Amino acid sequence: MQLFRLTAHELHDLLVKKEISAEELNLAVFDRVEAVDDKVKAYVTLTKERALEQARSVDRQIHSGEKISPLAGIPVAVKDNICTDGILTTACSKMLANFVPPYSATVVKRLDGAGATMVGKANLDEFAMGSSTENSAFFVTHNPWDTERVPGGSSGGSAAAVAAGEAICSLGSDTGGSIRLPASFCGVVGLKPTYGAVSRYGLIAFASSLDQIGPFSKDVTDCAMMLKVISGHDPLDSTSAKYSVPDYTGFLRNDVRGLKIGVPQEYIAEGINPAVREVIEKALARLEALGAHVEYTTLPHTEYALSTYYLIAPAEASSNLARYDGVRYGFRAQNTDDVIDMFMKTRSEAFGPEVKRRIMLGTYALSAGYYDAYYLKALRVRTLIKQDFDRAFEKYDLLISPVCPTTAFRIGEKTDDPLEMYLSDVCTISINLAGIPGMSIPCGFAQGMPVGLQLMGRHFDEATLLRAAYTFEQNTDYHKAVPEL
Amino acid sequence: MAQYETVIGLEVHIELKTRSKVFCDSTTEFGGDPNTHVCPVCLGLPGTLPVVNKTVVEYAIRAALAINCSIAEFSKFDRKNYYYPDMPKNYQISQYDLPIALGGYLDIELDGDTRRVGITRLHMEEDTGKLVHQGTITTTPFSLVDYNRAGVPLIEIVSEPDMRSPEEARRYLEKLKAIIQYTGVSDCKMEEGSLRCDANISLRPVSSTELGTKTEIKNLNSFRALQRALSYEIERQTKVLGEGGRIVQETRTWDEGKGITLPLRSKEFAHDYRYFPDPDLVPMIIDREWVEDIRSSLPELPDDRRQRYIGEYGLPEYDATILTDTKELADYFEDCVNAYPNPKVVSNWVMGDLTRLLNSGAVDITECSIGPEQLALLLQLMDKGTISGKIAKAVFEEMFATGKDPEVIVRDKGLVQISDEGAIVAIVDEILAGNPKSVEDFRAGKEKALGFLVGQVMKATKGKANPDLVNRLLKEKLQ
Ligand SMILES: [Zn+2]
Repeated sequence: MQLFRLTAHELHDLLVKKEISAEELNLAVFDRVEAVDDKVKAYVTLTKERALEQARSVDRQIHSGEKISPLAGIPVAVKDNICTDGILTTACSKMLANFVPPYSATVVKRLDGAGATMVGKANLDEFAMGSSTENSAFFVTHNPWDTERVPGGSSGGSAAAVAAGEAICSLGSDTGGSIRLPASFCGVVGLKPTYGAVSRYGLIAFASSLDQIGPFSKDVTDCAMMLKVISGHDPLDSTSAKYSVPDYTGFLRNDVRGLKIGVPQEYIAEGINPAVREVIEKALARLEALGAHVEYTTLPHTEYALSTYYLIAPAEASSNLARYDGVRYGFRAQNTDDVIDMFMKTRSEAFGPEVKRRIMLGTYALSAGYYDAYYLKALRVRTLIKQDFDRAFEKYDLLISPVCPTTAFRIGEKTDDPLEMYLSDVCTISINLAGIPGMSIPCGFAQGMPVGLQLMGRHFDEATLLRAAYTFEQNTDYHKAVPEL
Repeated sequence: MAQYETVIGLEVHIELKTRSKVFCDSTTEFGGDPNTHVCPVCLGLPGTLPVVNKTVVEYAIRAALAINCSIAEFSKFDRKNYYYPDMPKNYQISQYDLPIALGGYLDIELDGDTRRVGITRLHMEEDTGKLVHQGTITTTPFSLVDYNRAGVPLIEIVSEPDMRSPEEARRYLEKLKAIIQYTGVSDCKMEEGSLRCDANISLRPVSSTELGTKTEIKNLNSFRALQRALSYEIERQTKVLGEGGRIVQETRTWDEGKGITLPLRSKEFAHDYRYFPDPDLVPMIIDREWVEDIRSSLPELPDDRRQRYIGEYGLPEYDATILTDTKELADYFEDCVNAYPNPKVVSNWVMGDLTRLLNSGAVDITECSIGPEQLALLLQLMDKGTISGKIAKAVFEEMFATGKDPEVIVRDKGLVQISDEGAIVAIVDEILAGNPKSVEDFRAGKEKALGFLVGQVMKATKGKANPDLVNRLLKEKLQ
């Protein structure tokens, strides 16, 4: 039995039945990391001692007959832009290559509280800016399905780790598709919760009004379990909503009969890879066959989403990243003339090209004389995009689309063309602009690479997403496919 | 030469004395070793988020209501972006287009007139840290930063350009300070930086209604500095304009030692702050009931108190204005009047001897060793005839130095007034016998001689004889 291949809920059963120990499970996962991470490069830091200590504590609980929570002892990877007390948290930037936070993100505390063990910190595009994990200052993560290809980004390490069996579940963050795109490319389940559902405290900010932490898992049940643990109001984050977190696993019913599903035609427009299109259409047909009403609809402002996103996200980023100046922590350039020189050299030397590009874009968008034409206008269009969704959700319980018009592309294929790279997010960014939940589930393969189906729901209606995803999963086998490494 | 009118507006920053900072739990206490009153949030460490301290909003509303502002129904925080090492995030959380309060005023009294100065807005923001230079700023190879003040809550109060002279500006600032102190939201200590002032000043031809080009003056650390800097700037601008020159719009700093303003390098202040709404903080919807609760909890403010002193206590306007200038002084005065209900007498003592002693010892009224009840006791001793007015002054000084009760001092030093007629008669006889020349002079019609004889009796009794009694007895004996 390859423990690293199992899901969290399967492992939980084995732990409770004392057929395996948490320590054994964690050692199995670390063995797997040892065996394949040279090829995948999912992790920037491993935290084996911490994980084994956590695992032994779970074993003691089991031994003494205590009831353990569903994630107890389950090895989880954490994206390296999520702060971990006493453990390097780099955002995969040279700027923070030596940064050890004296606090943990709220989500990390919640996972710790649930007894989950932390395998390590997963690779990402520097400061979560990118769609391929090629922008990591350290190394590129490889797609476990084809190591010549990217895992998607920015949470590429988190997605690849789960796909490769180097973690059972993981945490990522999603600002414009950074969970859903790598989930789609790596053939795992990824959920971006409703904005405000999960605390951002301790998440190194990229674009504060769009960032949201969410889980990766091998199946929908694990996704619901992870979501339950990390969700809920946090007094340390004023944008986190005050709501009572439901038991998401309770919504996992194999039933979509009567569910009204809209398919925004703008998301399956020209430019979509025909093989991807075919997979998506087959998935829709399957849902229809299971009793859902599926029809095409429209989100008319979709064409403005990309430009809106690339004004708002960089504008916020330009301000969020201003704090990295070499004064207090992180990288500081040497041999500088004065403080201004130190600021400039520090930032010039330690930020990568994509981060600089976005800082410049955002600074420009907020500048006097341009603010109204760019940033303010973008905010207005954002409202229109939200209204598109509001209108659609008057009619539909759920919207469905591809996560990406293509499957995982080759490493290096798009690195010279930022605009081409930005187009990978064309189906995912509107969801962040609207603040609604979005999910990627495996729905087939195109030319041997996984394709993700994107499910979009009303604000705080993760329940319907999970139910539809669960039903699809119960009636297909795509989530069971594993890459050979 | 053309006649110019001066136009002045003030921007005043006031630190709110909440227990914790505006967006985290760190203490706001003044001082402390460098970087000890900090936490990950106010240090702006990656991933941390601000959460607004509700008391800060309450205090800002409190201050705003006291200066007659309207409180916004919808308000938000914005980021003011610029790079400076004393700013942990390289942006300051402030308020831009939707401040917590708009459109107020306060009335200032100057030379018997009352003028109304408009207040444009009041907004909340966070304070920055401060740079500590080793050596001088030009020669030091490095600077140190202390973030203890970073994140301390501030309100900024911007006036309309309604002031026409340095005296008015000073009076405005004094009045603003008094009002804010009354509300209890700040100590307003200029010397500790909890009250800071920048001034905008321009000149225009007397007949003109358009505003001239203004300069902004910083580093005004006292009321005196404000008034002096503005007077200097009027002179300087008058000269430039008189010579046909143009005023450069710039920021200038007041050099207290040289008594001049100097331009700050314009590069340092050529900022485009790129304000935008802070996405980490949700906009505030200000509950009207809350505002009314705060309004009804406001204490009596200086203007009302002054009117009450004139109307109820019958004090002259001059007394009422000075006594209500700070809440502490007015509270002291009133506590004393409650124990000794003769407001004018109390006013004379408070504004006279007490103020003189406080000033000479540079002691704050709140630290005065003579409590208001003790002053009342002293005044009662005078009324009862236990001590004379002259002795009372000496006792008062002793009270100030030692903090002892007046009865104790009077008893220990044997200062009780001699009102026993028999005892005084004996002394009077003695003096008359010893000064035949003066007795003769008096009888010859020289009234002055009586004064001399009274003085001799007082001297013989070490000032303790009841002066009225001495006068009467002397006159009786001399007739
Ligand atoms: Zn703090």
